[in-house]
Amino acid sequence: MKMKIFRNFAKRMFSIFFKKRKQISLGFYGPPNSGKTSLSNRICKDWTGEELGKVSKIPHETREVQFKEEVEIKYKEKSLKFKLVDTPGIATKIDYEDFMKSKMNKKDAQKRAKEATQGVIEAIQWLDDMDAVVVVIDSTINPYSQVNITIVGNLVARKIPVLVVANKIDLKKSDIKKVSAAFPEYEVVGISAKTGKNMDEFYESVFKLTKYT
Amino acid sequence: MGKRSKKVKGLTLQFMPYSEIAGLDSVERIKKLLKIVLDNKVVILQGRLRPEEETRLIEDTMIMIGNIKGFKGVELAVISQNKDERSFFQKMKFGVARALVGQQDALTIIGPATIVKEMKKDPKKLEVMMR
Repeated sequence: MKMKIFRNFAKRMFSIFFKKRKQISLGFYGPPNSGKTSLSNRICKDWTGEELGKVSKIPHETREVQFKEEVEIKYKEKSLKFKLVDTPGIATKIDYEDFMKSKMNKKDAQKRAKEATQGVIEAIQWLDDMDAVVVVIDSTINPYSQVNITIVGNLVARKIPVLVVANKIDLKKSDIKKVSAAFPEYEVVGISAKTGKNMDEFYESVFKLTKYT
Repeated sequence: MGKRSKKVKGLTLQFMPYSEIAGLDSVERIKKLLKIVLDNKVVILQGRLRPEEETRLIEDTMIMIGNIKGFKGVELAVISQNKDERSFFQKMKFGVARALVGQQDALTIIGPATIVKEMKKDPKKLEVMMR
């Protein structure tokens, strides 16, 4: 772990001083159904006209890391190229019977559960390849879950810059203040990936974040 | 015939002082904790794991879901004192202590998902809901 941290730090320092990075790897992490793919799709559609992945109300729709390279984002007069990395939701438990509640047959539910467990492992393994990470949190539910805290804690330990996004602000139950209170050391941006609300502030924060990459 | 409900007949909470894992490496620490969870016990650990150990615990849990029949994962929560409530000198003191002996000023609760339905955490309280 210490070697990994040192390697990340050295890589970052090398990039700053000796070469101009071609693109910044920006990861989207968070628990299942927080809106990581919706946000990735929103950004991809805004800047490339294409979407990145399929979204669903059933948790663990994204079970493999999916990415889009060379996404050029412009903010004011600046322009940066990103590799957007959408990751499967991180969870501590996966029960195929939960999928069956969404009218899925047993075989499909078991297959989905198996793929979802592999997706969680893959998401964690990709952490080392990130230059910066957007942690996507559903602002309509309690933000103090251990998964959220573990993800942020890991990013800090790996010295990867973090932006916390409180998603789903279009919903009545949304409470950005609660998300901010849970992560007082970070900038929290409230957005709706579904409606596109507050995306300008999000892009501004992403550009600020890249200063630390 | 209705679905048979699986009720918990007894619940075992196993307290583990930090000294029991202090001398172990990350792999052994996680193995020790997950072994207790696999015995259908809820483990209450004095202190907390390092961030990289917490993710390793999640990774190992995912591997076990695929390989151990009936295992559906874990519920996990860590409660610790809010850093903002500490003075500058307290923060320094805790920082030095943590670097020397690990983070012991916290409690980590890990339970099997087949027994623990949910752990609801707020900054100052933790509710553990059983199935």
